[in-house]
Amino acid sequence: MIHRAAAGRKLADHLLKVISACAALVGILVLAWILAVVLQRGAAAISWDFFFHRTLPTGEAGGGVGNAILGSAVLVGLAVVIGVPLGLMVGVYLSEFGRDTRLGTAVRFSANVMMGIPSIIVGLFVYELMVVPMHSFSGWAGAVALAILMLPVVARTSEDMLQLVPNSLRESALALGAPRWKVTFHIVFRAAKVGLLTGVLLAIARISGETAPLLFTCLNSPYWPTTLNGYVANLPVTIFIDAMQPYDDLVRLAWGASLLITVGVLALNISTRMILRRSGHE
Amino acid sequence: MERLTDSTPEPAPVGLAADPPPAPKTPPKLSMQHLEFYYGKHQALSDNTIDIAANQVTAIIGPSGCGKSTHIRVYNRIFELYRDQRAEGTVLLDGEDVLGPEVDVIELRRKVGMIFQKPTPFPLSIFENVAYGLRMHYRMSRNELAERVEGALRQAALWDEVKDLLDRPGTALSGGQQQRLCIARAVAVEPEVILMDEPTAAIDPIATAKIEDLIEELEEKYTIVIVTHNMQQAARVSDFTAFFYQGRIVEFGPTEMIFTKPAMKQTEDYVTGRFG
Repeated sequence: MIHRAAAGRKLADHLLKVISACAALVGILVLAWILAVVLQRGAAAISWDFFFHRTLPTGEAGGGVGNAILGSAVLVGLAVVIGVPLGLMVGVYLSEFGRDTRLGTAVRFSANVMMGIPSIIVGLFVYELMVVPMHSFSGWAGAVALAILMLPVVARTSEDMLQLVPNSLRESALALGAPRWKVTFHIVFRAAKVGLLTGVLLAIARISGETAPLLFTCLNSPYWPTTLNGYVANLPVTIFIDAMQPYDDLVRLAWGASLLITVGVLALNISTRMILRRSGHE
Repeated sequence: MERLTDSTPEPAPVGLAADPPPAPKTPPKLSMQHLEFYYGKHQALSDNTIDIAANQVTAIIGPSGCGKSTHIRVYNRIFELYRDQRAEGTVLLDGEDVLGPEVDVIELRRKVGMIFQKPTPFPLSIFENVAYGLRMHYRMSRNELAERVEGALRQAALWDEVKDLLDRPGTALSGGQQQRLCIARAVAVEPEVILMDEPTAAIDPIATAKIEDLIEELEEKYTIVIVTHNMQQAARVSDFTAFFYQGRIVEFGPTEMIFTKPAMKQTEDYVTGRFG
């Protein structure tokens, strides 16, 4: 009796181990599969023209997504300029000043909710907020939509990173006679800088593939982005539109753009890991 | 939240009825009267009344959780970082109110420096660690800044070990060196009082001996209040000792007296190791 029970327990243990290992394997496999398909289909599109030419009507040789690459860079860059300082300041408030206040709790809760809001709703919101009153799709609206998506991510990660800085460091700076703002920006920020940078990079990775908010705000354009006051070409919407065209050359471009975004996000993730690891060694 | 700010300037009242043992003849550097301290609703200190003599080392001993650290954290108002902590009573530095709302906390903290249990070098170079407070409180040329940094590092007996490494991060030093860096950082701004909250609790015995030697040297220029768990340390470095128990000052007097013929039974039990 005793022996059999022990055997049963061991079997259950073993079974659970195998099942969870299989589940883990499936998870990795899906990622590998996506990477493989994107790489295989996308690699064919990569060429000089792909990077440096603008999108041409189907059938014309030498079309690329250069305009979308540039447009995406500008939109994400502008979103960073708007969203990162704001997000950092929210993080500072949550960690340094509003820790146990009612406002702080409310802000933290809203940031958590905002992280879960579908991006299409943010797009619709900015459409109502900017596109409708201005009677025009615009790069500005696109950047604002992306910035709104970044904001809670930057705010919460920077709060967490600032909280990792031990209070003893704050106290010793205060004890030297430093005012609170100097303690925060000279000492706490410096101590947390790797973590803060990681948060920003992950937020960029998060928004660089967002499509829905751009559909409502700057849409897309076959031309080089010369102004932010109108349609601005970008990679995600280019993929969305071109991939559904019945023309092989456009579909190929869409796969190429997919590869580009995937590699970019992957590179961001890997570099944040490397930054974290290197700082851990210091 | 009312603060007792009645007994303002004038030579500080010396030797109130509440502190029996020998009050120093010269006016005290720090004087605390009837201080009560609260963490939220929990009262951590009750009726703390003590005069700290200038240019002397005063040790604060007592079992864990008796309020030693809480007590010294009042002198530089560092407790105010936490919203739920508050102090009621009177604390005077050279006869001037410390707890009043109109006090310039930044200048107070320049005058009353603090060393913590865990060394806390800033994420800056060794040089910048010491220069940080100097830059904040004084305006000076680069040359003078360098001289002052060197002077502070010499005072902390660290100069010879780091003079070629000034650009290295402060965090790269050993624990004992980091603590002396913190001492250099504190003395650089020319304080009058240095509070030490178990400054050797986190470092090895040899580094501890160095810091104890240092405390004796610093005594010439500064008034030192040191919280320690280590009774031998209190006996070695201090001139006066206060024994705390459950948030009250049980006994305060010359160190020799506290350790050889204490007046209170509780003190005797503690210093002879019968409890705590």
